[in-house]
Amino acid sequence: MFENIILLIFTVIKILIIVLPLMLSVAYFTYAERKVIGYIQVRIGPNRVGPFGLLQPIADAIKLLFKEVLIPNNSNSYLFIIAPILTLAPALSAWAVIPFDKMLLLSDINVGLLYVLAMTSIGVYGIIIAGWASNSKYALLGALRSAAQTISYELGMGFALAGVLIIAQTMNLKDIVLAQSGGIFNWYFVPLFPLFIVYWICAVAETNRAPFDLAEGESEIVAGFHVDYSGMAFAIFFLAEYANMILLAFLSSIIFLGGWLSPFQNIYMLEDLFSWIPGIIWLLAKTSIFMFLYLWFRATFPRYRYDQLMRLGWKIFIPVTFVWLVVVAIMQQYKIGPWFYGYN
Amino acid sequence: MDTIKHYLKSFLLWELLIGLKLTGKHLFARKITIQYPEETTPKSYRFRGLHALRRYPNGEERCIACKLCESVCPALAITINMKEREDGSRRTTLYEIDLFKCIYCGFCEESCPVDSIVETSISNYHFENRGENIMTKEKLLAIGDKYESQIASHKTSDSIYR
Repeated sequence: MFENIILLIFTVIKILIIVLPLMLSVAYFTYAERKVIGYIQVRIGPNRVGPFGLLQPIADAIKLLFKEVLIPNNSNSYLFIIAPILTLAPALSAWAVIPFDKMLLLSDINVGLLYVLAMTSIGVYGIIIAGWASNSKYALLGALRSAAQTISYELGMGFALAGVLIIAQTMNLKDIVLAQSGGIFNWYFVPLFPLFIVYWICAVAETNRAPFDLAEGESEIVAGFHVDYSGMAFAIFFLAEYANMILLAFLSSIIFLGGWLSPFQNIYMLEDLFSWIPGIIWLLAKTSIFMFLYLWFRATFPRYRYDQLMRLGWKIFIPVTFVWLVVVAIMQQYKIGPWFYGYN
Repeated sequence: MDTIKHYLKSFLLWELLIGLKLTGKHLFARKITIQYPEETTPKSYRFRGLHALRRYPNGEERCIACKLCESVCPALAITINMKEREDGSRRTTLYEIDLFKCIYCGFCEESCPVDSIVETSISNYHFENRGENIMTKEKLLAIGDKYESQIASHKTSDSIYR
């Protein structure tokens, strides 16, 4: 009994250790987004609140905290309030299986990859419920778009990850990283390059980010599913979206860029030179590449038309991943490199 | 051949990479933002802002109530009443500019034979009550007194082109 309580307390502390920095990084990710997009548009972005505008996300958070949460008269108020929670909860719970270092992970489960895939997809329920409960045309249309998009791109993403499973022969995220050890050319983005690209584009689409942000297309459906939300309820949607973005950036670097492994493994001299850097730094560095890509894409690409989006998902990504899946499977079966480097 | 080329290009995301390269370049370009209250863009001495009525160095007001500005004003923003002063000179008793009607074209300044009505380079001003948009003669003269040195220097700078 007593041991159980101790275990519970330790688990809660571990969860807080993951969630609090996550919340902070979400806040500063929005800051980075405004800065990077500003710089790309030859502006300088927020710079008034605090030095270099560093306190801007805090000011935004406080503003949202003090705003009133409006509940529309004709809405289903129970579902209306529960929807943001349903979006945020899966976005946070998916973090449970992310391995930050060899020993630094909350739960080491054998179906980690499947679990993450499931959790990122469940998030769409919150969006559908929000769109439906708002009882507004725009919100409903945004929710429908979001649902259709998530389901379509789930397939491409699933196929891309199946390629990883064939090579790694495990669903445990920690073991997937360990299977990539032995230098930068053993990372899975080399043998699975097409799947890597498809996976990353699907990840952008999964999180409803530009250029796939039809779910909130301002010009036609105002803001999509969260058009009726305000204050903290809106902030929670925002939080979930950005937590998901960071999650998928982490996942990409774990699956395709070797997670916490140093890029200088098995290179004479350099390996010793950089061996003092803890694995989590490498992981964060790799993740920040993907996080930057999110912002770069947003600043560069115009939004897809809806039929183009569906065509890309169903008629391009699925065939491409399927072909490459067959190639990978054959190479793995007959043990041909670079797809096969001996099962360790 | 062209179709194959097109297919290959779109398959390799070629155009998208070009777009990314362009925005990537802009990321490191020099930023053109002007930090407004601390910095302002340079302003020409011909800038047409808030109006002013000027005086001669001896304190006598320049305006002789010829009403050229009133008749040239395309927005009918100027109203002038005139009366003979005790010393026999023509002077205005009423000189009002409605800033809501004014389009800041500068015709009044150009038509003035004695350089009395001018448009200063003041661009930041506001009204807090109804009726403050009517610039009376006293207000215009006060602005002229306050910014006389600036107005004079702008006039001199412009004079070589006239």
